[in-house]
Amino acid sequence: MPNRHSPDVVIIGAGVVGAACAYYAARSGLTVAVVDRGPVAGGTTGAGEGNLLVSDKEAGPELDLALLSTRLWRELSAALPPETEYEPKGGLVVAPDEPALQALRTFAEGQRKAGVTAAEIPADRLADLEPHLAPGLAGGFHYPQDAQVQPAQAAARLLAASGAALHLGEEVTAILRGPAGAVRGVRTPRRELLAPAVVNAAGTWGGEAARLAGVHLPVLPRRGFVLVTEPLPRVVRHKVYAADYIADVASGSAALQSSAVVEGTPGGPVLIGATRERVGFDRSLSTEALRRLAAQATALFPVLAGVQVLRAYHGFRPYLPDHLPAIGPDPRVPGLHHACGHEGAGIGLAPATGALVAAALTGAEPPLDPAPFRPERDFGPADAPTQEQQS
Amino acid sequence: MTTSPSDPAAGAGPAADLAVVGAGPAGLAAAVTAAALGLTVTLLDAGARPGGQYYRHPDPALGATRPQALHHDWKAFTGREAELRAYERAGRVRHLPNRQVWSVTGSGADWTVHSRTDDEAGQPVRARAVLFATGAYERQLPFPGWTLPGVVGAGGAQAMLKSGLVLPGTGVPPARAKPRARGRVVVAGSGPLLLAVAASLAAAGARVPAVVEAAGYGPYARHTGTLLRNPAKLAEGARYGGALLRHRVRPLLRHAVVEAHGTDRVEAVTVARLDHDWRPLPGTGRRIPCDALAVGHGLVPELSLATALGCATRTAADGTAALVLTPGLRTSVPGVWAAGETGGIGGAQLALTEGEIAAHSIAGRAVPAALVRRRARLRAFADAMGAAHRPGGGWTGWLPEETAVCRCEEVPAGRIREAVEELGATDARTVKLLTRAGMGWCQGRVCGPAVAALAGGGPAADRRPLACPVRLGELAELPVD
Repeated sequence: MPNRHSPDVVIIGAGVVGAACAYYAARSGLTVAVVDRGPVAGGTTGAGEGNLLVSDKEAGPELDLALLSTRLWRELSAALPPETEYEPKGGLVVAPDEPALQALRTFAEGQRKAGVTAAEIPADRLADLEPHLAPGLAGGFHYPQDAQVQPAQAAARLLAASGAALHLGEEVTAILRGPAGAVRGVRTPRRELLAPAVVNAAGTWGGEAARLAGVHLPVLPRRGFVLVTEPLPRVVRHKVYAADYIADVASGSAALQSSAVVEGTPGGPVLIGATRERVGFDRSLSTEALRRLAAQATALFPVLAGVQVLRAYHGFRPYLPDHLPAIGPDPRVPGLHHACGHEGAGIGLAPATGALVAAALTGAEPPLDPAPFRPERDFGPADAPTQEQQS
Repeated sequence: MTTSPSDPAAGAGPAADLAVVGAGPAGLAAAVTAAALGLTVTLLDAGARPGGQYYRHPDPALGATRPQALHHDWKAFTGREAELRAYERAGRVRHLPNRQVWSVTGSGADWTVHSRTDDEAGQPVRARAVLFATGAYERQLPFPGWTLPGVVGAGGAQAMLKSGLVLPGTGVPPARAKPRARGRVVVAGSGPLLLAVAASLAAAGARVPAVVEAAGYGPYARHTGTLLRNPAKLAEGARYGGALLRHRVRPLLRHAVVEAHGTDRVEAVTVARLDHDWRPLPGTGRRIPCDALAVGHGLVPELSLATALGCATRTAADGTAALVLTPGLRTSVPGVWAAGETGGIGGAQLALTEGEIAAHSIAGRAVPAALVRRRARLRAFADAMGAAHRPGGGWTGWLPEETAVCRCEEVPAGRIREAVEELGATDARTVKLLTRAGMGWCQGRVCGPAVAALAGGGPAADRRPLACPVRLGELAELPVD
């Protein structure tokens, strides 16, 4: 069924990144349609913890993107309903020993130069920030810019505020292209949506969407488990994690890595996440992943040992070999834009991504240099087709 | 902790041929049949004694002398329990009571069953095959006032009678209740269990002012053949019907309790007539005073452990999600079998039969033809009952916006409808993400069917990678992999 009012842009993906693209595109005056084979937040967004972190990012393009997002999330929190649960709670990174603390100092120094606020907390002051923290830590850093949102609500409210036409439960089966190769819309089992621009915000499935347009984008799944406890009074005030988390985030290793990020939520439960491992789309429970998260969380907060874990769930982070997302127009296919591959930082990086995509769609000045995120960049030797792209 | 699961030497010991999860009718029958066929079996169950939700035991302190009076076919249970004890003594069966299984992991012929007791982690159990006989929980469809004290599940009322010998609405055993204190209990919902519950309540001395059944018995007529092939089931139904007639209780068909009234506890209910799709008809409501309400709409298979392994599900005749099973009761995952309610609600007789069939299949033996025939007959009966009592989509018409649907997280119907109509939720999982409905202690076992109905989709198969809560400290002390 041809659409009588063809939109200016079709966005594939109703996760938080697609929602932010829709929001900023609509604010730029474009009419928007969003298509997803599932519901809103049905993929990695719904499995996310809602981290808006600057603390875990070393100085560089991703940190610049995160800092821009931090500002945009603060603006959005005023524009979106309170159900979004924006909470600028701050992060606390702790070091178990003196060498780790020294490494953390060096890391934080680089971040400060890029515009991050980071305050060293000596060992004897850690309890002021987190009274239940285990004794014996060497010290830590407080990052007041770290914040949190409820990710599914954030995606849903951004979409609602965008006024985009939603086509949920419709899988894009083809990206339509004109005689010169430029995109002219998408096809689903129910309709053709014609538009001069298509945004691939399909997250972990962004590689498949790119393939529909005939281009290669090596998005890989990186599985993570999250534990959710029974509702508790506020025992954890910040996002608290050990310094080795930063090394895990930056690692490309396929092996299971974990360093628990522990945090309370407005609803009461404490979230403990998350592991990182490259095992394709394996949905089976890993008791080893749960063991490590639990061991690390109880090492940070011994008081949690007796607390009941009500739920465990997993998600698949969209992972690109160089740990940077793909954002912006794809010169190989005119009209095709990408906004995917944010790994574990998609909730946090969504607004800046949306702003960049909207600028590219309208020809406006980009809010920061988009070059590092070029989707056609060379992903290097790690970009070899592996088993993980199957499944 | 007295056990240390992190010590490999204290671990599982040699793998059993079969781990059976659940010692209700299906699991118990499977365990003793498998042992008889030469397999070594580990049987894990949350209860202190086998029997599950169906065969229940009064607290010994109550001094009940005739628990069989409230049970159909008590001998089928006692015989198998005696066999179980004999196989335990012979070292063929290891029965682990008071164990909540929170996850099963593995593949092929190498499985690990992770469990806990109330106080500590249980040692992981290793086995070459797994049978899920995890039973079912009650299907609740909310209505205003359903959270009032005195409103209990229909199955819960039956369980209270069987194990506690307590009458809902009085809190005391019937023998000790003075005649005037014997409560008035309205029985409502849908399904064959209602008649059994009402008959048990009446026999125990409660007054039953009304049995309110949302379905008509008309749909039974479409299955006359199936019904006639199940004379024992018909006799069972007739016995309940006869018992109710003696107590002057006549089922009110095509009606539902659309509201429970009361301040501190239930004092009355409003009953309204329903159309063919279970939509309440305006102007048909009338008030019935009562001291308790036992309400239920059949049962939902408990599939958390099975779906966590990826076992495929189907929508059964009663509208619930059930496992896809082969005639030999294999699930879609090699090395995993299921019996009883997990394959579709069918009652204790069917569960006993399926337990025996699964045991033969796991042991690699031919399944006796008599078992196959009995299963086919009982399954057909269950499907006919399930179809007749499947909730019509119109029931949400008695659910106003402010009524809590998720009791754990106090999520009202209005917020769920907002998530569906305005925020892009098209299934129960997204409703949960947007509203917290189903995120609390029961993990959606109470509100799941209602949320799925409000989301407009089919039934949502259980999806709980942790089948029950586990202490963080227990997870931290799991054996290192």
